[in-house]
Amino acid sequence: MNIAEHFPALVIVIPLLFALITWLAGLINRAFCWVIALTITFLCFLMSFSILNTVMHTGRISYHMGAWEPPWGIEYAIDYLNGFVLVVVSFIAFIVTLYSRKSVGLEIDEEKSPAFYSLYMLLFTGLMGMTITGDIFNLYVFIEITSLSGYALIAIGRRRNSLMASFNYLILGTIAATFILIGIGYLYMVTGSLNMADLREKLPPLYHSRVVLTAFGFFTVGLSLKLALFPLHIWLPNAYTYAPSVVSAIMAATSTKVGAYAMLRILFTVFKVEFDLNVVPVTKILLVLSCIAIIAGSILAISQTNIKRMLAYSSVGQIGYIVLGTTMANQTAMTGSIIHILNHALMKGTLFLVAGCVVYKTGIEDISGLKGMGQKMPFSMAAFTVGALSMVGVPLTVGFISKWYLATGALKAGMWFILPIILISSLLSAIYFWRIIEGIYFAPAVSSQHSEVSTYRSLDHHNPHPVSRSRDDAPPGMLIPTLILAGLCIFFGIAAYIPVSVAEKAANMLLGGT
Amino acid sequence: MKDDIIIRVISNLLIPFIQLYALYVLAHGDLGPGGGFQGGVIFASSIILYVLVYGIDEGRKRAHQKITDVLNSVGVMIYGGIGVVCLFFGGYYLQYGKLPLGDLKHASHLGIYGIEIGVEVTVAAVMITIFFEMAGRKSD
Repeated sequence: MNIAEHFPALVIVIPLLFALITWLAGLINRAFCWVIALTITFLCFLMSFSILNTVMHTGRISYHMGAWEPPWGIEYAIDYLNGFVLVVVSFIAFIVTLYSRKSVGLEIDEEKSPAFYSLYMLLFTGLMGMTITGDIFNLYVFIEITSLSGYALIAIGRRRNSLMASFNYLILGTIAATFILIGIGYLYMVTGSLNMADLREKLPPLYHSRVVLTAFGFFTVGLSLKLALFPLHIWLPNAYTYAPSVVSAIMAATSTKVGAYAMLRILFTVFKVEFDLNVVPVTKILLVLSCIAIIAGSILAISQTNIKRMLAYSSVGQIGYIVLGTTMANQTAMTGSIIHILNHALMKGTLFLVAGCVVYKTGIEDISGLKGMGQKMPFSMAAFTVGALSMVGVPLTVGFISKWYLATGALKAGMWFILPIILISSLLSAIYFWRIIEGIYFAPAVSSQHSEVSTYRSLDHHNPHPVSRSRDDAPPGMLIPTLILAGLCIFFGIAAYIPVSVAEKAANMLLGGT
Repeated sequence: MKDDIIIRVISNLLIPFIQLYALYVLAHGDLGPGGGFQGGVIFASSIILYVLVYGIDEGRKRAHQKITDVLNSVGVMIYGGIGVVCLFFGGYYLQYGKLPLGDLKHASHLGIYGIEIGVEVTVAAVMITIFFEMAGRKSD
């Protein structure tokens, strides 16, 4: 048996089975859960890396579940695009798991921690499954696994608001999933196939059929809801604000990205580029929506006082960037879009992890409470600064790379009006991040009694001690993962050719090249 | 309802047959309608009947929380585990034909039985858990 040949199945099956084993191990000793989750996410990262490596050398991998030939059986198909996304998702999951031990100990009840890690692994399984599958119904199943575990994870914290946030997400998420299922049903009705590659071949003669057009509409709306494209983003800010820090970090960094990936798959693999451009003006619609998302997300972020909520609104804007690149349908912009999946995961991951560090140390979630933190938590705040500069798009950070590709792509497509939008949004994010950075480094420290009431108070952490100037940074277990992500924000900003070489191939493939 | 002798005797009489029928539905899943899911629901209904007659506390003595919680996971692990075992015998994930259980036909047949048993265990345990959770909720 050549084990590497089975990595596409194992990368899903192992976290799925260990999600349950984690829970059972938690019955014996709760400390096992974190160790298992860490080992498994690391293992999956290695396997994903090996899969991507194989894909880069030998091209598309197709794994047949139960040896049933596609299009009848379920096929796991990995090409440049999802090989890349698999590595991103598993890496972020590994880093967040590494970070999670202390943070979970603080924000989640002790007896719920086995359930937390079990759900966390299920979320991870779902995200990996959505990415790896080449079967459209299997995609739906994994969307449901991701969503259901996501609802529970948002609600698992101690705050009552999180229940309401989770419930709102449940309603909207269910609508989204139902829309996607209806779309799948319609496509199956006219083609009799669920395999993505097979649908790609069978659909073109039916492009003007009303059933296919309806299916496409349902897909677009359903997926836009899942990835929180601007007018459909309402569930996102509350969900990210009230979820435990670890959950906000993993969801902000991976789950909307995988939603964006699923949209790319439907738009450019199941349907062909010609359909998106000529039959339905979907690229134009998404172009307008994503431009609005970029501006509106940034403006809404400026007016926030809660740091996690501000980051959530900034995510809405960043998702706009990812969608924007796909709508121009040229290779450069598409590369920018794909690479932004990685880049946004890195920088938003960094920022949310820092927010978690601050909550862990002080219980402060308010932006005004960050004043003078530069002395107290120098390393966390350095990571925050790197993440913030990335979001603004300063050269030598990853944010610059994606914006560069998007801007040159826009010029190639002759859409000059995109440039001012990117520029304005960068300025707006400079405003809302500078406000914080100025407070961190240049404002005198205030004691937390005088700052706004901290929104988060945990039971066994009842001393949000006054912010003193003495150094008191987060414990190394939280600091190291945060700094790794922040370091990668700079590393991939300089050594950008590494992810770009993969993203270019993926973009070329999506747009119908070889 | 446990004071009513008719209900008690009849349900005592019915429960073993319901459980036997659940196993029959499982075993005949490949020939007739049924399978692990349906069998699991039928099995759970026997426990639910017992709880309706004897009350939640008596019911929990028969179906301990620990046991149902563990069985929830065990079923899935039987399912996934069989898939993984297939890998060791040189097949793809869930390719039962490669299991060393006789020729292709028998191996496939027995493989899918194993899967169905896994489904039955999980479905029964989850149904029982959901019922206890809903029934045990205090109105507030």
